[in-house]
Amino acid sequence: MNAVAIEARGLGKRYGRSWALRDCSLSIPGGHIVGLVGPNGAGKTTFLSMAVGLSTPTAGEVRLLGAHRAGSPDALDMVAFVAQDAALYRNLTVSDMLRVGRSLNRRWDERTAQDRLAELGIPLDRRVGALSGGQRAQVALSLALAKRPGLLVLDEPLAALDPLARHEFMSSLMAAVAEDGVSVVFSSHVVAELERVCDYLVVLQDGRVQVSGGVEDLTAEHHVLVGPADQADEVAALLPVVRERRAHAQAHLLVRCAEGFPVPPGWQHHPVTLEEIVLTYMREPAAAALPGPKAVAR
Amino acid sequence: MTIDKGPSPIVFRLDPGSGVPTYLQLVHQVEQALRLGHLRLGDQLPRVRDVVAGLAINPNTVLKAYRELEHRGLVAGRRGQGTFVERTLDRAGIREQADLRRTLLDWMRAASAAGLDDAGMSALFTAALLDRHKDTGAGGEGRTEGIA
Repeated sequence: MNAVAIEARGLGKRYGRSWALRDCSLSIPGGHIVGLVGPNGAGKTTFLSMAVGLSTPTAGEVRLLGAHRAGSPDALDMVAFVAQDAALYRNLTVSDMLRVGRSLNRRWDERTAQDRLAELGIPLDRRVGALSGGQRAQVALSLALAKRPGLLVLDEPLAALDPLARHEFMSSLMAAVAEDGVSVVFSSHVVAELERVCDYLVVLQDGRVQVSGGVEDLTAEHHVLVGPADQADEVAALLPVVRERRAHAQAHLLVRCAEGFPVPPGWQHHPVTLEEIVLTYMREPAAAALPGPKAVAR
Repeated sequence: MTIDKGPSPIVFRLDPGSGVPTYLQLVHQVEQALRLGHLRLGDQLPRVRDVVAGLAINPNTVLKAYRELEHRGLVAGRRGQGTFVERTLDRAGIREQADLRRTLLDWMRAASAAGLDDAGMSALFTAALLDRHKDTGAGGEGRTEGIA
């Protein structure tokens, strides 16, 4: 459970003359559900495709589940990938897709896949192209889980789904995590869903890692302070400010510091949701990925 | 209508707008069910897999809630079987509640005399609750610890 799920060191990918991902170093512990967020073009898909071995790094390296170099046969055995828009062969039937999976993988749990699909009421003889978007996503998930992976990677699994299909997809995914203990990394634009699902968060920005950490740590370390604008500079000198908004009289400072810090007199302290933290960092590309107090202690 | 076929007499729901952490919402709902008599001694809590599949939340959140309930001495996990109620909660005494309500009304009169309106009182109460949570640690509420 505690082995490192994904470890990247100095990872970079260049397409032509521009770097899609650059100097990316991070270590994601196993046994988590990791949300990978960032604006379009931040490098999410690039990072994930290197992690699952679909593309090779221009610089640095990425290793999975302890020591396996991404793309090596051992790593490929242990990782399953659901690509954007659940890429499947639309002319094949669901049972054909199962046969493809069975033939292409060394580890394959046909029984579980069939049971899952039956439970979801997805007919095996239906062509993939004739399924709804939600059903296609569920088929892709069932195929991925049939590998019995140690690490499941999903690229924007929710993007094309309506709210109900999203909920059902996430329910299936969470149930699979509860049963198999598989580590999950998924990229998403749906920031509101993250808080219920993720316990670890990575924010990518302009091809670099901006924030990386456990959700509980992140929410405990971020606070909003509200107080008189003329004292904001004083407070900002004492505490690391991620973002500030100031009017004539009032200032809001989103700060990152350990819990239990002394709140300056005359200031009010509010907890922050994960959604607010994510949006704040996405709005402030320059905000440094400040190491949290715990990260320093490690 | 969907009837939950799981082994537990209760089901959870979430209030995403409440601002209360998810695990704490589960803890509160179990306590509430104990007070209302929906959960009795020996009853099973919903299985982690069922909760997770129903609400689409992280399994660790459910485990954290059940650990917290265990820590409060209300439930116990049995290996490979599930989590079961060990102890019920007395319904808060009716007289006790009435007394508390009276003190609260006194407080509100004082607050109103000091110029606070309803929203102001509510804000103050919520802020004080938050402070209290901070003082009693990450687990929040310390109140059930005292009930034997």
